[in-house]
Amino acid sequence: MAEIDREKLLDIYTRTMKVNRTDEKFRELLMQGKVAVMYYCVRGQELVSAAAMAALEPDDYVVCTYRGQGEQTAKGIPLEKWWGECLGKATGTCKGKGGTMHITDPDTGIMVTTGVVGSGLPIANGLAMASQNNGDGRVTLVSFGDGAANIGGFHEAMNMAQLYKLPVIFLCQNNRYGEHTAYADHTDSPDISSRAEGYGMKGVKVDGNNVNEIYPAMEDAVAHARSGKGPVLVEAMCYRMMGHFFGSDFSYMPPEHLEEMQAEDPLPKLRAAMLERQFTEEELDAIVARIDADIEAAVQHALDAPLPDTDEIYKDVLEEVN
Amino acid sequence: MAEITMTEALNKAIDEAMAEDDGVFCLGEDVSAKQGGGVFKVTSGLSEKYGEHRIRATPISETAIIGAAVGAALAGQRPIAEIMLMNFVGVCMDQIVNHAAKLRFMSGGQTPCPIVIRTTTGVGVGFGGQHSDMLEAWFAHVAGMHVVTPSNAADARGLMRAAIDANDPVVFIENILCYGLKSEDPGPGYRVPLGKAAVATEGSDISLITYGRTVLDALEVAGELEKEGISVEVIDLRTIAPYDEATVLASVNKTGRAITLHEAVRPFGVGAEIAANIQEKCWDTLKGPVRRIGGTFAPVPFATHLEQAWIPNKGEIVDQIKASVGKT
Repeated sequence: MAEIDREKLLDIYTRTMKVNRTDEKFRELLMQGKVAVMYYCVRGQELVSAAAMAALEPDDYVVCTYRGQGEQTAKGIPLEKWWGECLGKATGTCKGKGGTMHITDPDTGIMVTTGVVGSGLPIANGLAMASQNNGDGRVTLVSFGDGAANIGGFHEAMNMAQLYKLPVIFLCQNNRYGEHTAYADHTDSPDISSRAEGYGMKGVKVDGNNVNEIYPAMEDAVAHARSGKGPVLVEAMCYRMMGHFFGSDFSYMPPEHLEEMQAEDPLPKLRAAMLERQFTEEELDAIVARIDADIEAAVQHALDAPLPDTDEIYKDVLEEVN
Repeated sequence: MAEITMTEALNKAIDEAMAEDDGVFCLGEDVSAKQGGGVFKVTSGLSEKYGEHRIRATPISETAIIGAAVGAALAGQRPIAEIMLMNFVGVCMDQIVNHAAKLRFMSGGQTPCPIVIRTTTGVGVGFGGQHSDMLEAWFAHVAGMHVVTPSNAADARGLMRAAIDANDPVVFIENILCYGLKSEDPGPGYRVPLGKAAVATEGSDISLITYGRTVLDALEVAGELEKEGISVEVIDLRTIAPYDEATVLASVNKTGRAITLHEAVRPFGVGAEIAANIQEKCWDTLKGPVRRIGGTFAPVPFATHLEQAWIPNKGEIVDQIKASVGKT
């Protein structure tokens, strides 16, 4: 396997740490009681999101889920708008009307964030169908979890995407839990990726905690979809290192699972991979410091931002036609 | 002017919209020439003209059909998705209600979702409990979409063009028994604006507010009662939601009496909402309670005589009108 280009590796690292520091900051604000909203932590899945977004072009489409912070910030939603939306402010991406589970920012290609498990896959097909219809060369990536693989829409979408050879990448972030139910308690087959074969589709399973596996796999999948060969199902093995949502109990996770996931934490592994490629500790720390400063400024901007006017509840229901 | 059927009217409206805008495309089960151009032939001849990318025959996958329409709409196209029979919306309600209808609002106006969902239904053809229901109230109850149904071929042509033009989702209900109805062809480019009712026949004693196939029953009854000296004004809503409140209220303020009529079951129906609104806003001019006529609150039965007993009939409409105006 070819080594990841050094510049690209730095890009992936930067995106990964942006996701991680955003997650840390969100949990800090929630712990301090400065913010009281639903938030679905992405600790443990930062690298998968970052590598996937790094493999896309800026104008490619993305559909994600309520646990979509990774895709959203790694794709490049301006942090002020992202935090504004999460805090329900008029300055948010959706004027405070979507919230943490429904971040939308077409300018950066974040077309839908769905709060319904599995509903993104059929919509991703439509975005890809539009690209196929008008020949704009875009690909669409849809991210979802292992839990979503068991809803009917998954099957319908996979079959349709392959039938039409749509330029779509189905990224299953197998974080081993569907809400609070462990993988083995919701699925008997050893993996999700092998289902691709049943649709005549290309499917791959990769270690989502290892940059040298996940990034090349994403790059290949994107190239395959963009070339017109059709969709790809990528199953990225990772861990959800927190509960289903912030504050929810996860004491049900067995101790051996916790140990396994600590050992597989993608962040120390990525750091080591960076050092191995002759990036220095100082360089990497400086990147994190810059990200932290950007996040601090964005959070402050959002905290200071005005609330949406109450008459916003009447707007954007239907197009206003005069 | 030549006459056209409702099937031809819908076909022409879709055809001319596709000719004018490359972003308009159809998707649904059996819609292309390879499958005969749609089970009711509405898309007949279009795949030959525009190709199978723009008349996409799909697997039997309603969730994938509506999801694809939603995604394509977000990318700026104008999909016309067909759900072969209205009861099958039960398979894809999440995509319609949680996504198509809400994405404009939840994105703060950034991602409007201009899709037309064509669907067919109707009581009276012996299809039984899972292929006959009028489910318009399910969608009328959801903010963020239009619900439309034509009662004649000319309106079908005009409403379809307006639905394709609309920048929001439209559920477009076609009644199986109306496909063969003929009108004078209103011609290319004809549009019936969404949200505008028609006064199908003027009258002064009572307002009969209805839509879709039951407009035909209403007009027939109005003609018969005229001979008995009862003047019935028939309002054809055309757009069920959001409906043309101004036309309805003006009619009731004129006649002082109102009956709502639809094929869908009566409890919690569109008629109930309109009746409640009339009683709130026309109390001073009402001469009596607003009455509601609708289907029986039971699944649609199969046997012909049971089906006919289930559906609101002309005798019931006559009786209710006479009871309302005080002539029995």
